[in-house]
Amino acid sequence: MITTVQIVRVRSLFATVMLTGIFSLLGAGWMMTLDAPDVAFTEAAVGAGIATVLMLSTLALTTRRSKTPTGNKLLPLLVVGVTGALLVWATLDMPHLGDPSAPVHQHVAPRYLAQKEIHGHAAQAETGVPNVVTAVLGSYRGYDTLGETTVIFTAAIGVMLVLGGRRRRDDASSKRKGKAKGKAA
Amino acid sequence: METFLGLYNYWVVIFLMMTGFYTVISRGNLVKKVVGLNIFQVSVFLLYISMGKVEGGTAPILVDGQNVAYSNPLPSVLILTAIVVGVATTGMALALIVRIQEEYGSIEEDEILKMEQSDA
Repeated sequence: MITTVQIVRVRSLFATVMLTGIFSLLGAGWMMTLDAPDVAFTEAAVGAGIATVLMLSTLALTTRRSKTPTGNKLLPLLVVGVTGALLVWATLDMPHLGDPSAPVHQHVAPRYLAQKEIHGHAAQAETGVPNVVTAVLGSYRGYDTLGETTVIFTAAIGVMLVLGGRRRRDDASSKRKGKAKGKAA
Repeated sequence: METFLGLYNYWVVIFLMMTGFYTVISRGNLVKKVVGLNIFQVSVFLLYISMGKVEGGTAPILVDGQNVAYSNPLPSVLILTAIVVGVATTGMALALIVRIQEEYGSIEEDEILKMEQSDA
């Protein structure tokens, strides 16, 4: 929590990015204690690793310092406070942490973990994978994962379209910039 | 007191979520805004994962033996997908920021708005 507050306060963008990496890693640690090692590993590798590298390369191409924020300081704080209070109020009848009778655990998850005559649990009997997370990700919800790869593919194409080809357009954009400057003057 | 101990995970998540939200709406720097969105995102991940926890349970990797309680595998699966999609959108946003920097020479929201207005 302290890390996030510092992220908001610090002006140097380099420090912000580093703190974001630390924040991701701490989040991954908490996920580990919450019995989700698969997610923790992914978060540590992707959230703390790749995202930090992407942000650092952006900083290398742009600037390292952010301006002191101007404008109304109270209004955003008020909006955030009210929203947060509403959300806290909404949690009051949520199931407690670790409650095995919570609605989340009553739907499809027991089906995966159900005991079968042969090969133990249903997930292992049907897919042959002992890690239930992998079994669900790759087999039961395989189409979901296919969609996920499609999203990454689309994002990669998007980045290439936005950034690629700028060398060719450099002349055009500098001309446009010159025109804008002329107008302003 | 019992309520506090049972619900503290939601409150930590809400605090993180609101910090991210505050960053997005109060900071003019575009990289800062993306960082804020990232914090918001991670808080949602933590919300899901903390819901999947079962008291006395272990990670959902099957072992021999009866009467082993496993935590819910489903939130983990959904969040694995969400993390990867989140990085894809972050990458896209950062690419747009780089382009904006090339075009306007600034990544501060108010400076860009000023340029746009003086242009029109």
